Amino acid sequence: MSSVCTLIGDWSATDSSIVGEVVSREADKLTIDLFFGCARKSIIAYFQPPAAHLAAQAIALPANISHLSVGDFIAIYPKIGKLRILFRKASRSNNFLVTEVCDNYCLMCSQPPRNVSDERLLDEIIAILPRLPKDLHEIGFTGGEPMLRGEKFLRILRLLRDELPATAVHVLSNGRAFSRPDVAQSWANIRHPDLMVGIPIYSDQSDIHDYIVQADGAFDETVRGVLNLKALKQAVELRIVLHRHTIGRLEKFAYFVARNLAAVDHVALMGLELMGFAIAHQDDLWIDPREHAEALAQAAQTLHWAGLRVSIYNLPLCVLSPDARLFAVRSISDWKREYWPACSECSLRNQCGGAFFSSRQRMEPYITPIREHAASPNPGN
Amino acid sequence: MAKFKLPGEFFAKELHGYEFLPFKFHRLKTGRVFVSNIVGEWLVLDKQTFELFISSSLKPAAAAYADLRARHFLLDRDSGVAVDLLTVKLRQRLQHLRSVFGLAIFVVTLRCEHSCPYCQVSRQSDDRASFDMSTIHADAALKLLFDSPAQDIKIEFQGGEPLLNFELIQHIVLKAKRLSEVNGKAVSFVITSNLATLTDDVIAFCAANNILLSTSLDGPPELHNKNRPRRGGNSHQLAADGIARIQSLLGPDRVAALMTTTKASLSRAVDIIDEYRRRNLHEIFLRPLSPYGFAVKTNWFKAYDQMEWLQFYREGLRYIIDLNKCGERVIEVYASTILGKMLTSRPGGYVDMMNPAGIGSRVIVFNYDGYIYASDEARMLSEMGDKTFRLGNLSADSLADLVLTDPLLDAIEETVLESVPMCSDCAFQPYCGADPVYHHATQGDAVGHKAFSGFCNRQMGIFEELVELMDTDPEAARILSSWVRQ
Repeated sequence: MSSVCTLIGDWSATDSSIVGEVVSREADKLTIDLFFGCARKSIIAYFQPPAAHLAAQAIALPANISHLSVGDFIAIYPKIGKLRILFRKASRSNNFLVTEVCDNYCLMCSQPPRNVSDERLLDEIIAILPRLPKDLHEIGFTGGEPMLRGEKFLRILRLLRDELPATAVHVLSNGRAFSRPDVAQSWANIRHPDLMVGIPIYSDQSDIHDYIVQADGAFDETVRGVLNLKALKQAVELRIVLHRHTIGRLEKFAYFVARNLAAVDHVALMGLELMGFAIAHQDDLWIDPREHAEALAQAAQTLHWAGLRVSIYNLPLCVLSPDARLFAVRSISDWKREYWPACSECSLRNQCGGAFFSSRQRMEPYITPIREHAASPNPGN
Repeated sequence: MAKFKLPGEFFAKELHGYEFLPFKFHRLKTGRVFVSNIVGEWLVLDKQTFELFISSSLKPAAAAYADLRARHFLLDRDSGVAVDLLTVKLRQRLQHLRSVFGLAIFVVTLRCEHSCPYCQVSRQSDDRASFDMSTIHADAALKLLFDSPAQDIKIEFQGGEPLLNFELIQHIVLKAKRLSEVNGKAVSFVITSNLATLTDDVIAFCAANNILLSTSLDGPPELHNKNRPRRGGNSHQLAADGIARIQSLLGPDRVAALMTTTKASLSRAVDIIDEYRRRNLHEIFLRPLSPYGFAVKTNWFKAYDQMEWLQFYREGLRYIIDLNKCGERVIEVYASTILGKMLTSRPGGYVDMMNPAGIGSRVIVFNYDGYIYASDEARMLSEMGDKTFRLGNLSADSLADLVLTDPLLDAIEETVLESVPMCSDCAFQPYCGADPVYHHATQGDAVGHKAFSGFCNRQMGIFEELVELMDTDPEAARILSSWVRQ
């Protein structure tokens, strides 16, 4: 997500992005070290109107990023007068967008793909990585489809292995690239100590999966990708988003995974986020959470009984059946999370991960405080 | 936004019908048809759907089409991953072939203070050292075990009553733990005991070394004591006290109990299960008698036929499922072993139900007298004079000598179920075991004629019962599915 900013002074020489790190902040005045995309230098950035004696180059920042603090990294796009926050030191999980290009075109994509030439995004990431805190807990990569950037993306993972070996790395990929054994092998050859790839599979039926991702033949490639990765003992998580087209065969899908893909390390059953394409398709995709509560519980149990690790993401506890609550995880980032006034009366309020702010209206009718003592979440994992 | 395509556009336009992937079928008493394939995937179809399917006339729009495709009974042009997935599942199911000697049984003594008429191991009452295992033999057995490729070793102490030679158990446990540290192998221990001679020292030793206990509990006092006589007639009391002490001192899950069905048990399934519940034992293994030892000599084995036992089993299973429906979690172990093979792609680890047979490979038995046997049943048979499955002697033979003997290899090779007459056509074969020792004991041949096999009759009865339950009662199906959790 980029924000509009005002660039003061002469930036005209730069037609690509400039990457900088916030090195100090006093009230509304920040110092930013620019270290990539231009000659190294420090500049001033501020949230309030400028004093008269400003330096030759400065940035006036929009109020919606007032949380910007020391240790954060930004990319500035002088040509269009925008900036993007690449890394927030205070955030528990930072996700880097690797590319907006994707070979799937999912009905509910929250980050709709664009066919653009955005290799610069990888250069920015490569520039930042050596400067990130060595005690970083976790880092994520999303797209688009990161594996479409091939060798250059793998270079980033090798860099992480060497620069931040203690940092867990999670990559979201549609898995299709790994259907080529050589790609799976080069992934395994990285020998990263803590690397997991999250791969979405939406059905036990090829035509349903291919419809949801809008790509014929994707199911076979994704399944083969998972098999190739597991044959090389790579950590794989399966992700399924719950909506009208996945819920119908959800229990059968769970059985299919338990039977055919039992080697995967984790299965995430995920509530729908109304972002991107999902907004346009919400009338088609949205399902009454109570209607599918039983199917969801049975799917989670089927996987759990077969010995897999299972989590339910993105759904408040009150729309889950008691059997399913055991698997619920507080997965929604603070800034996207929503609770309701009624939630203050709920005995499970502190264990509940809430709902997406984006689905606030759709979820509202189903929010009912729970007044009982239930088991603490997720003992199964 | 680019145009999105409609669902139908992702189904291969020119399917040209479908191909069959290999499968077998079995007509159920309900008229419906059970179909299964080589990796154990299965479905129950109504007769009409089944006939459409086998005549290549099932339409993609039919509800069963998607299920048959997902479980790899048919292959169409829309997806080709079925073959990749079948390969992976087959490899998984045969995984157990890589792990040898997961179970090593040490018969530390054949002496016993019980005198059960159904004893399958022909226990000795003489208080003579000639029925105890020697330290030299125990050490040789440990050396053989830890020199073998086994990585994850479970040592089970059997008898007789193994606690009558507790000194040797202590010696073996401590030595095995030292060896496991040196060799980087995992080792765990189980003592199979009637608990009549359970002392505080034994409990303390089990606590210190994380040892599980397994005991016999045949039912309520009068039934148990009738089955398991000992001087004083107090076998039940001692077992129940022992179970309670272990549960309170070592933990509720540190003791398991097994029952053996005698003629007197047949009418008492519910009483037996209630007895387990009374003792806070939530896993019950409804087990028939086996044709070995005194059980044969005393004719107890012949006292009932498999059909009577199956009736008993059905009654017990239904009662256990009803308990679960009322919210009480109780598991029947025989069913859960089969269900593990029906509902997951894991290989089953229970030796009697392995294919190829796990005798001499998955399990090995070190007898009190230094002889080595291919399974617990093999040494039971030997006490009756039939040494067919005796592999060798601890003082004389190397590991290779033992496991490469012809009688063992022949028995395993001949009983691979995919090639056994009647088994090769049986839709329940993926869930069954070979049990060559049983067939050798009852028919004088490791393969046997399955039409006259009590093992086969019993297994078929249980398979049909489980499938019909899952097919007709969704709640029972959920309960049974939950039993596969390990």
